[in-house]
Amino acid sequence: MDLDTLDIARWQFAITTVYHFLFVPITIGLSAIVAGYQTAWVRTGHEQWLRLTRFFGRLFLINLAIGVVTGIVQEFQFGMNWSDYSRFVGDVFGAPLAIEGLLAFFLESTFVGLWIFGWDRLPPRLHLATIWLVHVGTVLSAYFILAANSWMQHPVGYRYDAVTGRAELTDIVAVLTNRVQLVTFPHTLLAAYMTAGAFVVGVALWQLSAGRSRPGADRSEDRGMFRSAARVGAVVLVVAGAGVALSGDLQGKVMTEVQPMKMAAAEALYDTEQPAAFSLVTVGSLDGSEELWSLRVPHLLSYLATGDLDGEVRGIDDLRAEYEQTYGTDPGAAYYSPGDYTPVVPVTYWSFRLMIGLGVAGVAGGLAVLWATRRGRAPSSRRWVWLGVALPLMPLLANSFGWVFTEMGRQPWAVFGLMTTERAVSPSVSPTEALVSLLALTGVYAVLAVVEVRLLLHYVARGADPHVEPRLRDDEHDPERPLAVAY
Amino acid sequence: MELTTVWFALIAVLWIGYFCLEGFDFGVGMLLPVLGRSEAERRVLLNTVGPVWDGNAVWVLVAGGATFAAFPEWYATLFSGFYLPLLMILVALIVRGLAFEYRAKVDDDRWRARWDVALVVGSFVPALLWGVAFANILHGVPLDADSEYAGGLLTLLHPYALLGGVTTLLLFLTHGAVFLALKTDGPVRRDARGLASGLGTAAAIAAVAFLSWTQRDTGDLASAVLFLGAAVALVLGVLAVGVGREGWAFVGTFAAIALAVAGLFAALFPDVMPTTLADGTGLTTTNAAATSYTLGVMTVVAAVFTPVVLAYQGWTYWVFRQRISVHHIPAAGRVPEPQR
Ligand code: HDD
Ligand code: HEM
Ligand code: HEM
Repeated sequence: MDLDTLDIARWQFAITTVYHFLFVPITIGLSAIVAGYQTAWVRTGHEQWLRLTRFFGRLFLINLAIGVVTGIVQEFQFGMNWSDYSRFVGDVFGAPLAIEGLLAFFLESTFVGLWIFGWDRLPPRLHLATIWLVHVGTVLSAYFILAANSWMQHPVGYRYDAVTGRAELTDIVAVLTNRVQLVTFPHTLLAAYMTAGAFVVGVALWQLSAGRSRPGADRSEDRGMFRSAARVGAVVLVVAGAGVALSGDLQGKVMTEVQPMKMAAAEALYDTEQPAAFSLVTVGSLDGSEELWSLRVPHLLSYLATGDLDGEVRGIDDLRAEYEQTYGTDPGAAYYSPGDYTPVVPVTYWSFRLMIGLGVAGVAGGLAVLWATRRGRAPSSRRWVWLGVALPLMPLLANSFGWVFTEMGRQPWAVFGLMTTERAVSPSVSPTEALVSLLALTGVYAVLAVVEVRLLLHYVARGADPHVEPRLRDDEHDPERPLAVAY
Repeated sequence: MELTTVWFALIAVLWIGYFCLEGFDFGVGMLLPVLGRSEAERRVLLNTVGPVWDGNAVWVLVAGGATFAAFPEWYATLFSGFYLPLLMILVALIVRGLAFEYRAKVDDDRWRARWDVALVVGSFVPALLWGVAFANILHGVPLDADSEYAGGLLTLLHPYALLGGVTTLLLFLTHGAVFLALKTDGPVRRDARGLASGLGTAAAIAAVAFLSWTQRDTGDLASAVLFLGAAVALVLGVLAVGVGREGWAFVGTFAAIALAVAGLFAALFPDVMPTTLADGTGLTTTNAAATSYTLGVMTVVAAVFTPVVLAYQGWTYWVFRQRISVHHIPAAGRVPEPQR
């Protein structure tokens, strides 16, 4: 097997998946917020909700488009770069992936078409239902793909067949209700709401403090509208943020049980401690093995890992010895010297802190916006623009760091305890082919990022269109009437 | 019937759905500069598929996912083996999907012109390469004793495979032209009709050549019947568009694609990926399959949800059944700039 193909395949997986996941949380969360605005319009008839629906709806669609096309790569990447992985786990892992397509992707992609083009074709309540179904599609999609991922973190409901040399499904319900899944799904879903909430706040702040109105729109009316938008976004951000912290805490405990090494690596804890403190920041050697100075919260790690302030948290050295006992001394030598089951500690240590830190900062920003918009107030000084720019990036990056932590912390395993990443790669793919693929996809993705950001900024700056009451088409009496929405 | 056979058939159904549906939006994409001579006409073309192209594209994702679940070995060997062609298809699908969504988002001729190129190339590449890929699956490729692909990129390019590519290309062009004749009005409709007859004739010649070649090499009775049906449907479809019966013409090209793909799967069965090496191990519905437990679970899911999907996708086509012509395209006019 070729070492280079492995390296390249890992880079490609990390780049394409992290990239995909920049758009996914916004899609999940913003579909719900837009559906919420549209519901408010249908129920109150208040124009501002319809204008917000259309304004954020357009941003949602710009974002969705990239989420969809980068998802196509995800679907085929397992077979292309990870064929031995696919052979080994297909019987288990393929099922949620296929169910995701059938239940979620069809739903989401069909109903988003109906929503975009259906403004003048469907009665208001039916039209409203289409955007809610899009949201349901995104949530289902997240559920099934996370079930697949959770199985890699903690394989359940399968048996290893020595004859075929692969993992085989024995209990689909166990896979879909994996205890890791039951904490991962709420955590990821709530993190998505947080991200979208922050996105909405950011855009609204920008409009309030630097925006201009479209011709025919009333500036003070627009300010009132974006103030409402900011408050909705901030409430979503703060409430979901609280949920993320709660579910993350649960996740920490499950993780400590199923992958204790990951928790040890999250703290760069080499020696078992009881009680264990959590370090907020450390100055020292990168992998935390030597420490000059650190800011520590006593007992916090014990609590995070075990739920008990005085719980014992096992250290890397202990666990490594235990893993060697259980799994042998050679987990695959690509990144890890033989016998080494330690993930790349600097990455796990800092990504864990950045995930949490950026999330907390995001919630703080949300609270600040709620305060600044209390009782009819609306921020207008240019300074708020900076918060508007920074706020969406915080949960967005927190998401990326969360995944980097989860996936890097699982190393050297692709499927925990069953298959190392090294053995997962495609034997028939040459390094040249893999490199062509990596460069092509990275190049295309880089161009798309520029296009996407410019489009988003263009439409954020353009502001909300003036109100136009939707009118149902009547093909018999007015067959020539232009479409309400057209590409 | 064995569950593995059921799943072989279901995967055939997914590919049929994909080619029959995405086939016409590949055609529409490629015909953009041909039939859309003014900006308004190009927008007519785009809006015929605007609401549905994404739903159509999902068929291939589900085909991929279902292959992963039902025939892991097939999924692994196929996609790692046909690596570079698949990469080209993926890149094409990326730029083409974005072209649909982004083209109208900036009112600038250069912007639109670029996305037009993306749309044409992004539709052309998969329309051609899917045919090449399927021809190679039927023909067999060098798989070693571990069923790993042992060939290179050039192994995949031989006359039979190229003929397969040309066939899908022409079929999708015809299907797209017929679809446009059915879905538009005015000059676009007239031109689409004319073009459909010519393209259809070429497609029929290519298809008959490719399907006969397939029948000679790997066919059986079932594939012969299906291929014959495909040829008849195609000819009837082309005749129907000539006399202005666009609905029937669309039924014809739709059925022709469906029957041809069904025939290809029938000709492949019970192999899923034969090998051309004497000491290689080819993949069959048995040795590539998942366990019967997994197949059983998937069967239940598919039996419950496929009809639901078909129902709401069908309903979408009904909602957007109106023909589109240049009157329906809202004025492109420059977007007014925001002011203080
Ligand atoms: C807005 C994003 C965000 C924020 C603010 C947080 N997380 Fe998180 N976290 C994620 C977004 C995320 C994620 C991207 O969604 C991950 C990656 C995989 C997963 O399950 O969720 C994740 C993973 C993840 C894991 C790894 C689970 C595993 O590998 O099994 C743990 C233990 C936590 N989180 C814990 C927390 C705690 C205690 C937080 C704060 C109090 C926190 N997260 C905030
Ligand atoms: C839930 C769906 C997911 C599945 C099934 C999945 C699966 C995988 C697989 C098979 C690998 C092996 C390749 C490797 O170890 O290098 C991997 C690694 C990786 N994944 Fe995930 N992943 C998922 C979600 C994500 C997301 C959403 C992100 C980021 C936003 C992510 C980030 C990474 C990273 C950074 C690696 C590289 C780790 C390394 O190579 O050290 N993953 N994942
Ligand atoms: C590596 C694993 C992953 C694969 C194979 C994958 C696959 C896909 C595909 C094929 C699409 C496009 C669907 C379309 O055309 O409509 C997509 C979009 C999407 N994915 Fe991913 N994805 C992965 C990671 C994730 C993760 C971790 C999540 C959520 C937690 C997620 C949630 C979504 C959502 C919400 C969308 C957009 C809406 C939708 O199409 O349902 N994906 N993904």
